[in-house]
Amino acid sequence: MAEHEKMPVDEISGVETTGHEWDGITELDNPLPRWWLWCFYASIIWAIGYMIFMPAIPAPPGFDGHTRGLRNHSERANVAVALADLEARRGPMFARLQEVVDEGGVMAVLDDGDLLNFTLAAGRSAFGDNCATCHGVGGGGFIGYPNLRDDDWIWGGAYDDIRHTIVAGIRWEEHPETRFSQMPAYGRDQLLSREEIHAVTDYVMTLSSLTVQAGADLALGAEIYQRECASCHMPDGRGDPSQGAPNLTNNIWLYGGSREQIRNSIHRGPYGVMPAWETRLPEPVITALAAYVYLLGGGETLQRQEAALDPETTVPNPGAEAD
Amino acid sequence: MGAGATVTKTGFDLNGMAVTAICILGALWALLAAGLGADAAMRAHAWVILAGFLAGLLILVGAYSKGGIDIDKREYNEAIIRYGVIVSMFWAIVGLLVGVVIAAQLAWPTVFQFDAFPQLNFGRLRPVHTSGVIFAFGGNVLIATSFYVVQRTSRVRLAGGVWPWFVFWGYQFFIVVAATGYLLGITQSKEYAEPEWYADIWLTLVWVAYLLVFLVTLARRKEPHIYVANWFYLAFIVTIALLHVVNNLSMPADWFGSRSYSAFAGVQDAMTQWWYGHNAVGFFLTAGFLGIMYYFIPKRAERPVYSYRLSIVHFWALIFIYIWAGPHHLHYTALPEWTQTLGMTFSIMLLMPSWGGMINGLMTLSGAWDKLRTDPVIRMLVVSVAFYGMATFEGPVMSIRAVNALSHYTDWTIGHVHSGALGWVGFISFGAIYCLVPWLWKRKSMFSRALIEWHFWLATLGILLYITAMWVSGIMQGLMWRAYNELGFLEYSFIETVEAMHPYYIIRVLGGLLYLAGALLMAWNVYKTIRGDVADAEEVAAVQSIQKPAE
Repeated sequence: MAEHEKMPVDEISGVETTGHEWDGITELDNPLPRWWLWCFYASIIWAIGYMIFMPAIPAPPGFDGHTRGLRNHSERANVAVALADLEARRGPMFARLQEVVDEGGVMAVLDDGDLLNFTLAAGRSAFGDNCATCHGVGGGGFIGYPNLRDDDWIWGGAYDDIRHTIVAGIRWEEHPETRFSQMPAYGRDQLLSREEIHAVTDYVMTLSSLTVQAGADLALGAEIYQRECASCHMPDGRGDPSQGAPNLTNNIWLYGGSREQIRNSIHRGPYGVMPAWETRLPEPVITALAAYVYLLGGGETLQRQEAALDPETTVPNPGAEAD
Repeated sequence: MGAGATVTKTGFDLNGMAVTAICILGALWALLAAGLGADAAMRAHAWVILAGFLAGLLILVGAYSKGGIDIDKREYNEAIIRYGVIVSMFWAIVGLLVGVVIAAQLAWPTVFQFDAFPQLNFGRLRPVHTSGVIFAFGGNVLIATSFYVVQRTSRVRLAGGVWPWFVFWGYQFFIVVAATGYLLGITQSKEYAEPEWYADIWLTLVWVAYLLVFLVTLARRKEPHIYVANWFYLAFIVTIALLHVVNNLSMPADWFGSRSYSAFAGVQDAMTQWWYGHNAVGFFLTAGFLGIMYYFIPKRAERPVYSYRLSIVHFWALIFIYIWAGPHHLHYTALPEWTQTLGMTFSIMLLMPSWGGMINGLMTLSGAWDKLRTDPVIRMLVVSVAFYGMATFEGPVMSIRAVNALSHYTDWTIGHVHSGALGWVGFISFGAIYCLVPWLWKRKSMFSRALIEWHFWLATLGILLYITAMWVSGIMQGLMWRAYNELGFLEYSFIETVEAMHPYYIIRVLGGLLYLAGALLMAWNVYKTIRGDVADAEEVAAVQSIQKPAE
């Protein structure tokens, strides 16, 4: 190859081809575009520089670790710093919240504007990522998942009740202090006949003043109710938060208030479960969460709980002003 | 053409016996699995597999009862490419349709939830979509065009007698086995490598046959040099074989069961998976389709390739650098930091080698730029290269750790993938098929040029809607996830970020529908062309001279 052979020239571009041809395709002998080549070199030089500054080269086999780079960069260290920074910003307020709640009760939070803002922000954040999936973003609930904004509390609506429910969960068998109750599956386990279930369904509907169909056997229903249901739901149907028996007189229905839905609840004996959060969330977050849920609108004061036993008096909802 | 005299038949030779033996063994295994399968999914799946092998045996009986496979040393094997074009079109429609369905499931999850058919939930349909468009559509386009290009540029008939047909039908069988497995819930949970061990073994067999057919054809070439498109095809075939085998190394829990355990664990498993996953993009969706680009753009534009030297340098740079870039899929994970640095720096160095292909593709048009205006097929091919350039710029940007911290796990990634998939892979494939159909069926041009124009504009609009929606949605999602309020709490809960994406998910459905509509127009156009109908008298496709291989 002493001499450069003359190759055919492409007429349009005036550039020589390489002389090869495949199925009519030829190739021009253009040089590499300069800008392309220099950009390629620049990216290689940049990459080498980056490798000098950052962790890049692993130790040879048999040794641990890798080069740390001139910046001694470590993402683990960065994360530790960021978490410590967050803790420094939030820690004192969490401590203050715990202190105020322990000393003055949850209502004392309302007297401290900064603390209230902090509590609502902390609670909203924890609620959004842990609770909203079942209870809804605003805590409004769905069928099978209680509404947290109303005045009806299955396991009690005082701050301590709410906090214990969050800590220990409901029917969460891994937690020794979990809330536990079990309604029998009257239909599925054949504790009552079909007619008896229909009768007691109609009777339960009358407790919430719902209209029942003509010909309903309310006498039979009442008899069964007093025999099977009254020990938990109480003879007057007002329920018992101490054993997690819902109030049947206020027309608030966890599993729906149509006749079919009520009958189905009696048939299958609902067994709703909520996880215990004690091991999943830090304690200060649980406190903020309990305060947030309490202040959502439906929290009960002790007076209110007592008043609830006496239908003659009413107490204004304490959480209403906190929204 | 009077070629009948030169056609010989192979008879039932050793090759035919080998393929028959494979089908009989496969059918026996399937029969045992149907009866003794370790799990219900396996027993159900085995019937599909048995049906496939029996269909294969029927095809073999049909072929060999007529004397065997046609051998004609003077003619190219175009029949297999005609089959390839038709199935490519079919799988394109299937894959895109499933894509639109799952996009709708994301936009309206309660409307498109089919309680009676758990096989159609998002988790099972999603791999049907990804495998459908990548492996079924893209893979068939690659196999068909590589068989076409290697014959033409080597001036020799496809080697191997029955084996190219084994590759073709075996690959379709793999697709059907993979897709039905997904619907039955059979997956090994590796992205883009979901099929279980038995499907993987089958694909390995098919792929080795593909490699041998390609290599032997190249070795018999009548040209002194190997054309650049064939370098890319060969790099694609060899590397995919390597990636597929290593990433799927696993131990079946039962030899008649649908479960297996990966040979790797923990972060090594993740790294192996993304070494595979990234290079599936690099060697399947990039190198293979660059092979298409290097043949069809110069051929259609009737211009020489811009720079031979650039093609050499960018080829070797691309295949050397691509293989190291996988760790950028695992930034900020348990993967050691030095490995992340490696992935990021190699991704940055990959930009120029990737762009070498774009430069060569675009500059090949110099002297023929007017064809962008007059020929919608050229326009499709060139826009495809432009999307290639954009996606290969975006990729290195997203591999930078600081950018990745925002973009990772968001819809931005989905948008990035689709600008490459819809823009680059889709358009270069459509362009190649628009070229191939008139050449293969000896028509003057496609049935309707207007339909090609409609396809181009519908699909382009669809891509733009899709990727802009995903950019906005993804960046918004990333910003919402990282937003803290002044009190040090996350500003948004996860579900609020999902709610915010809803409008963009609807735009995505619309973009996907437009793209699918374009592909349906194309299918109609291809059908009419094959039938021989002519709507537009105007000649748009240059008739390719039918050259016979040298004796």
